[in-house]
Amino acid sequence: MKIWQKLLLTATLATIILIAGTLIYFLYFAKRRLIISTTTSLYDTGLLDTLEKDYETKHPDVDVNIISAGTGIAIQHAKNGDADLILIHSPSMEKAFLEEGYGVNRKIVAYNFFTIVGPSNDPAGITGKNATEALKRIVAYGESLADQSGQTKVWVSRGDNSGTHSKEQALWKAAGYNYTLISAEPWYASTGSGIGDTLNVANQKAAYTLADIGTYLKFYVDGIISLQALITEEPSLLNVYSAIAVKPTVPANQSLHEQINFKDAMDFIQYLVSDETQQFITNYGKADYGQSLFYGAVQPLRSNTPELIVSWIKSAAFFNGSECPPQYRNGY
Amino acid sequence: MVDILGGIAKALQLIVTGDPMLYGIVYRSILFSGAAIVLAALWGTPIAMLLSLKNFRGKTIIKGFFNSLIGIPTVVLGLVLFLIFSNGGPLGFLGLLYTPAAIILGEAILVTPVLISIMVNAIEAVDPDIFTLAKTLGASESQALLAVLKEALNGVLLSNLASFNRAIAELGVALLVGGNIAGLTDVLTTAISRYTARGELDFAIALGIILMVLVFLINMAVILARKAKWVITIWRTPQ
Repeated sequence: MKIWQKLLLTATLATIILIAGTLIYFLYFAKRRLIISTTTSLYDTGLLDTLEKDYETKHPDVDVNIISAGTGIAIQHAKNGDADLILIHSPSMEKAFLEEGYGVNRKIVAYNFFTIVGPSNDPAGITGKNATEALKRIVAYGESLADQSGQTKVWVSRGDNSGTHSKEQALWKAAGYNYTLISAEPWYASTGSGIGDTLNVANQKAAYTLADIGTYLKFYVDGIISLQALITEEPSLLNVYSAIAVKPTVPANQSLHEQINFKDAMDFIQYLVSDETQQFITNYGKADYGQSLFYGAVQPLRSNTPELIVSWIKSAAFFNGSECPPQYRNGY
Repeated sequence: MVDILGGIAKALQLIVTGDPMLYGIVYRSILFSGAAIVLAALWGTPIAMLLSLKNFRGKTIIKGFFNSLIGIPTVVLGLVLFLIFSNGGPLGFLGLLYTPAAIILGEAILVTPVLISIMVNAIEAVDPDIFTLAKTLGASESQALLAVLKEALNGVLLSNLASFNRAIAELGVALLVGGNIAGLTDVLTTAISRYTARGELDFAIALGIILMVLVFLINMAVILARKAKWVITIWRTPQ
């Protein structure tokens, strides 16, 4: 046999050993994997890290793997069978996801508020206005700029099909704008990346943006950005986080390796909605940031207090009067 | 504003105190890139030998193909591999997505064109008579090939080091097929991107410094490999 044939043979063998080794390792030797695809805000604030460690301590046979991506790609992961559980915050996308038959047992686990942040001198004058009025003023300010070359940016968008981006589009629509036209304006910037990067860009450009309060506070308190939260707590800025288990029968599952880990996904949802975890979520970051980054949603929904916020949650994130209509429940 | 100097000071502290999470990431980065180079060298070397020493139809086109793939954007390759390795994709049944093996395979594929192109150039630069001469002197084809490879040793080393450099500094493949899972598939570049997004800049800076030092050392090694004749002298011990 010639030397190059030997080398090629060795290469083939090495590749096969690598693949087979990985397959065998994850099938027989590794802990059970629970792959959670999540929206960036839950991860970037560090909340999910802390919950992961706590859960793994209580369930030593499970290895929680978190993929932090954004709502759009999280849903795509779930549809491909690449994730066992998704944590997202876009009720309209969640509804479609359930209706298409990819997910079951949705639970609303937490809520907080989006906030419109901007430079402290507030050139568009949005402080004290509601979200709709604020967007109108931002548009007016953007159009009044002398520089329409696209160098000066007034609004920075995630532009990544995330939950925050989907909320932003809904806000533009509610304010009476066509999102496609608005996003083509010269003063409108789109980062196509996570909220951390987007806040950094908005900060650099002294522009306005929509952020989840958790990430914003973390960046603000750590002194990374100087943008101010100009508009907070109002119904149109409510941000509701849900957990949805990926259906064990999601297509593309006729394969050699472990299938959708439905059992552990359900167990993790149970863990998230437990009183202890809910309390932990509400208290998370309070000491560092002076206010809660997230609020557990289970207790308020159960006891209907505070009534006002519960009514906001219900109108924003309930489908047919329920957080998960019966046809999308699977034995729980 | 971001406190850059303070960040660097804290980063150095993390490096000096040997923060286990930090060094876990460094370890994985070197391990995955190293394994990728071994794979790429195993399948790249014979291809480079064929391309440089044999004459066959379409050889120029194949060489041009590998040359043009040197600059393939890592994120494009990452996307392609993500679609292939995804559970819904053609190789989904292997369950490789979000495992170290996916990163190793992806990076091996990424650096193969680099490795092959440099090696082909190096072998072609060797006097073609050596191959014929070795054969005339009674060497088998394999021995003759080895003789040529030894002559081209500088270039062969260079191709491996440059490939390692490309692998350890790339982001797209590791991010998309590895998933940047903490403690399992996060490497230097993906971890830098994560810690920056999370506003944990000390960590990002520390990782950045380590990555830069590694890349610097590799490039120094590349320069030395180009110059140092002693490597060959040591290699070719009298028989």
